[in-house]
Amino acid sequence: MHELAIAEGLVDAVTERLPGTRIASVRLEIGALSGVVADSLRFCFDLAAEGTPLEGARLEITEPPARCECRACGGDFAPDSPIVLCPCGSADVAVVSGQQLTITSVKVV
Amino acid sequence: MCATCGCSGSAVIWSPGAGEPLRAGGDGPRDGTGHDRDRGHEHGHDGQYGHDQQHGHVHLPDGSHADDRGAAAGQDEAGRTVALQQKVLAKNDEIAQRNREWLCERGIFAVNLMSSPGAGKTTLLERAGRELAGRLAVSVIEGDQETALDADRIRSAGCQVVQINTGAGCHLDAAMVSRALRTLDLPRGSVVMIENVGNLVCPALFDLGEAARVVLASVTEGTDKPLKYPQMFRSADLVVITKTDLMPYVDFDAARCGDYVGQVSPQATMIHLSAVTGSGMQQWYDWLLSRVPAPAADGVPRS
Repeated sequence: MHELAIAEGLVDAVTERLPGTRIASVRLEIGALSGVVADSLRFCFDLAAEGTPLEGARLEITEPPARCECRACGGDFAPDSPIVLCPCGSADVAVVSGQQLTITSVKVV
Repeated sequence: MCATCGCSGSAVIWSPGAGEPLRAGGDGPRDGTGHDRDRGHEHGHDGQYGHDQQHGHVHLPDGSHADDRGAAAGQDEAGRTVALQQKVLAKNDEIAQRNREWLCERGIFAVNLMSSPGAGKTTLLERAGRELAGRLAVSVIEGDQETALDADRIRSAGCQVVQINTGAGCHLDAAMVSRALRTLDLPRGSVVMIENVGNLVCPALFDLGEAARVVLASVTEGTDKPLKYPQMFRSADLVVITKTDLMPYVDFDAARCGDYVGQVSPQATMIHLSAVTGSGMQQWYDWLLSRVPAPAADGVPRS
């Protein structure tokens, strides 16, 4: 349940950037390879936000797919599982995106 | 311990037998959530970085700082959308980077040792501490939810050790490690092993400032561990298969496991060993010794 610590980090990050500002919603990007489960994070966010200016805020989560580049064949592909294998069979790939865990924006009450 | 979420602010860092534990969460004022907001989630090397831990500024991905709160505080129109583009774990990553620089300046090689509970992390460190005595100073930061049992074992092996009890926390974070590092006397050219909480999921996400990530899996856990926990294995620099002395008694296919590691973590080196019989230990020592910075020349004071 690292989502608990991540929810804490989320609340801390927003309250530091916008101290004392009531927040209506938070937009988050959770990459397909970030290792974070959106539903678990929603559950933990409500707990972590309690008693803070984020209490009751809505989490708007988008989960962009990952994108990888194969070092063997040079191809671009979107992996369909956390095990990143190029369709050519190579495992020697660079993850270009999909590991992000980013607060993109917040809406003020 | 934080009653609301069991978060890491409640971690206790202590050297058993050396007085009262340090409470990483501090004793600062609490807010309505029961969270210790003033410093419970961030600790530095108290001035060693020339960084004020309290001012709470934010490092943006482009390296700039977001200190101009005036623009934000109290001046937002209702319903206004504020773009942030900030990593959720930015604070942890920032502290981890400071840990990394602190360790690098002092010529200390830090290893983040991760595995499921019972894979043999502590046994591996015990034997390494004994056998490397005189060749390489090994210090250990022990992470467990409770007790100092592992720290006691490590100390008996002749290593300097500090225990972090995370309470309900399921992983170590950079702030805990930052504080634990301060309690150790780490000589130049030594290694500090950060034994993470036994868990193959959560520790993968938290950079501690280590120079290398080592993931252990024992033969008793099954051949397919790397495929089941790809997030953890993906970031490994070294994968150590432990308890090879039990191979005759369990259904473990070393070659297939090697293929799986290659699929999720093609960059990782692999070592098979038994910390009970000693088989393969030399490879582990060679891996370590080749990465530790040269110790200070005679007469040069430790920094």
